[in-house]
Amino acid sequence: MFLGPSLGLSAILFSLGVAGVLLRRNAIVLFMCIELMLNAVNLTFVALGQLYGANAYVMVFFVMTVAAAEAVVGLAIILGVFRHRQSVDLQNINLLQG
Amino acid sequence: MTHFIYYLFATVAVLSAALCIVQRNPVNAALWLVSTMFSLAAIYVLLDAHFIAAIQVLVYAGAVMVLFLFVIMLLNLGHARSDIRGPFSIAATVVITGLLGAELLALVRYTPARLAAEVSQAASLSDPSVVFAAGEVTRQEAAAHGVIGVVAAPMFQVYLIPFEIASLLLLAAIVGAVVLAKRKV
Amino acid sequence: MNISHLVWLAVALPVGGFLLNGALALRRPHAKGLVSLVGVGVLFGAFAASLAVFRELWRQPPHDPIIVRLWSWLPVDRLQVEVAFQVDQLSAVMLLVVTGVGSLIHLFSVGYMRQDPGYARYFAYLNLFVVFMLVLVLGSSFPVLFIGWEGVGLCSYLLIGFWFEEKANADAGKKAFLMNRVGDFGFLVAMFFIWRAFGSLDLVTVLSRATTTLQPGGAVVTAITLFLFLGCTGKSAQIPLYTWLPDAMAGPTPVSALIHAATMVTAGVYLVARTNVLFAMAPVSSSVVAGVGALTALYAATIGLRQYDIKKVLAYSTVSQLGYMFLAVGSGAFVSGVFHLVTHAFFKALLFLGSGSVIHALHHAYHATHSHEDPQDMRNMGGLRREMPVTFWLMVIATLAIAGIPPFAGFFSKDEILAGAFARGGAEPAYYVFFGMGLLAALLTAFYMARLLALTFLGPNRTGDAERAHLHEAPWIMTGPLLVLAALSAAGGVINLPAFVGGGAGLEHWLEPVFASGRALLHFEHPEGGVELTLIAGAVAIAVIGLVAGFRVTLGRPMLPARQAPADTGFALVLNRKYYVDELYDAVVVRPLAWLSRVLLWKGVDQGVIDGVAVNGTAWVSRMFGLVGSRLQTGQVGVYVVLFLAGALWILRAVIR
Repeated sequence: MFLGPSLGLSAILFSLGVAGVLLRRNAIVLFMCIELMLNAVNLTFVALGQLYGANAYVMVFFVMTVAAAEAVVGLAIILGVFRHRQSVDLQNINLLQG
Repeated sequence: MTHFIYYLFATVAVLSAALCIVQRNPVNAALWLVSTMFSLAAIYVLLDAHFIAAIQVLVYAGAVMVLFLFVIMLLNLGHARSDIRGPFSIAATVVITGLLGAELLALVRYTPARLAAEVSQAASLSDPSVVFAAGEVTRQEAAAHGVIGVVAAPMFQVYLIPFEIASLLLLAAIVGAVVLAKRKV
Repeated sequence: MNISHLVWLAVALPVGGFLLNGALALRRPHAKGLVSLVGVGVLFGAFAASLAVFRELWRQPPHDPIIVRLWSWLPVDRLQVEVAFQVDQLSAVMLLVVTGVGSLIHLFSVGYMRQDPGYARYFAYLNLFVVFMLVLVLGSSFPVLFIGWEGVGLCSYLLIGFWFEEKANADAGKKAFLMNRVGDFGFLVAMFFIWRAFGSLDLVTVLSRATTTLQPGGAVVTAITLFLFLGCTGKSAQIPLYTWLPDAMAGPTPVSALIHAATMVTAGVYLVARTNVLFAMAPVSSSVVAGVGALTALYAATIGLRQYDIKKVLAYSTVSQLGYMFLAVGSGAFVSGVFHLVTHAFFKALLFLGSGSVIHALHHAYHATHSHEDPQDMRNMGGLRREMPVTFWLMVIATLAIAGIPPFAGFFSKDEILAGAFARGGAEPAYYVFFGMGLLAALLTAFYMARLLALTFLGPNRTGDAERAHLHEAPWIMTGPLLVLAALSAAGGVINLPAFVGGGAGLEHWLEPVFASGRALLHFEHPEGGVELTLIAGAVAIAVIGLVAGFRVTLGRPMLPARQAPADTGFALVLNRKYYVDELYDAVVVRPLAWLSRVLLWKGVDQGVIDGVAVNGTAWVSRMFGLVGSRLQTGQVGVYVVLFLAGALWILRAVIR
């Protein structure tokens, strides 16, 4: 049911997420766009679960778990960076340049 | 009727996502993302994955996005000026996203029968219930116990070890976050 | 003990001498007694072994050379080169000459070099030289021969520049070595040709198959022989590569005697004699050899007329006599060439060692009075027959031998050469010209040798009143070898007395198997009866005229010591300056090469291309790549994300059809 449209919706959301990652300089908003991409992928898995069975749904769970863990750690890092540089603007965080 | 609701929520999701990525204020962006997640949860329901819809709301919209909002408030970002990158980035974005979108949208035309045909490499459309036997079994079970019943058995039998590792991962994430966020190490 | 052991011993003894003396030179340079014992002892031992080899061959003359294999050196596909010696009649003769004359000269050196601080080093080098010379004459294949060839060149360099603290001596050593290298290039090219034509570099193989593999008179054999001869002109100091030999007189006199008179310079003659079949097949090359030999004989004799350094006169005399040997082997009179090689070794060594005694005495005298006169300049000598009578009479014997007065050795050998050239003239008229040149050179030889005797031993003494008291005869350790050499110079003719005197032509018969293949291709008759006697009478008359003229002209002119003597003018100056050939070579060859090396090769290629482009250039390119690459590391997440997504997109395209 709704296989085609779901895949298409997922594609659009993913592309929007990519666009957001490329466009924004604010680190936190960047993270949110990444979450958006993860959601799009979740949708794909759920849509295909009707055909591929339980494995797809299990995958969804794990994706969510990892996304949560990643968001936690990532935000902690952004906090640390903010304490040093007083800004979360990614343009300025370029100490690793060579 | 189902179709109408489906497309309604799909549109909401897309619009929310689009607005999310162009909002100047991070709080606004976060809220629009919450809206996207809600729409997606509704779509999950329409796809007969009720349990997953519930988890989506609880975990994603409830915990993760709240965390985002906490951090945004903590950093007191407030009235930021526009932080969209310059024209060069916009050009690159358009190109890459366009290409990506075009590639992925090619998937729209798939129906279960078509996918079944491709997977089994048959000449013409095949019966999905025959090719995707696992899916058929799952659907019947889902009809009986719901998705939660479908997921439970594999999760605690076949995927037990990944499950435990996932819990370890969460532990590591928590410890890491605590360490990283401390004022004085 | 069979021949293999004897031959091995003959070579191994000097090797041991070199190693031991070398070690002594490094650790205990003052152990002169031990060095003398070892240095001279190994040579006499090698001579004894050579005599034993000769005796074995005498009892059972081999038809083909006996091969003594030592080890396999270059087994590469079709090329199989072994380090092996071949023992036949010719190599036996050379063995005796090298070790025999070598032993006498080693003995002489003990006295001559007694005061020198580099005593041990000297004997080490001298022993090493003997090793290489033996390898040269015993080598059974061209590469092994070449090892000896190069090795004697090396030792020549080491010994010429023995007193290397003086720049002139070091330069002379370098000059000798470099000129030899030009000749060696010829030898190498000849080896390449031989390999290409025969598929083997083994002497026995090549020489036995020569007539069947190559076309007589053809381009290949002519090329081979001409290039071999180029090597000979370098090693044996013929035109155009002879200028190193007079300069080589910068070395100690015994070295000049051994290397630049008796042995090393005769290597070229040996080579031509060994490959006689090839030269017999190429009449063009033979003419070149004979012509160059005759021309060199005459040319060097003219230069010797006006040299004042006693050793330089003898050096040019050597070049001239070598020309005679090449005239012989070029004319096909191979035995005569080898005969002259042997007799020349006797009387030239005697001449050099005798002059060494004289120089030794003058050196002593000048040292005692702290004078800085040149002890080698003949204008500072004179009347030494009173102070050094033994040396005088021995030098007289040598002079008579070299001039070609019967019954001394030189007469028989030189006469045979002229007869050989004359005989070939019957077939190819050009050889008459060569004969004429040889005859004229004989006249001049007698003249300048008489001049040498007169200036050195006759007339008033010009050394100086204070020095005269210190002039005395050389010690017996130096005069003893001279006596032996004089005896050989006087009586050496017996080894090949020609038929008309009643002799059995011993050497000719002995060497027959070696030259059989060559002689078979040459069709000319030895002059018989009346013609031969006329030639002999003519040669003797010329020699006598030359001697008498030399004495009268030299003694008739007023003689002054070097410092007061007037400078030469006119043609005499040209002769004294050796026709300015050295200056010519310097301008035409040396300077352009030096310029080429410095400007083109060093600054241009080495510094510019290799250092600049290859070494620094690659470093620069790497650095540029690195710099460009490092621009990618902007440190900005945005850039990284773009690149990452571009890559992911690419992979996606590949996966999705």
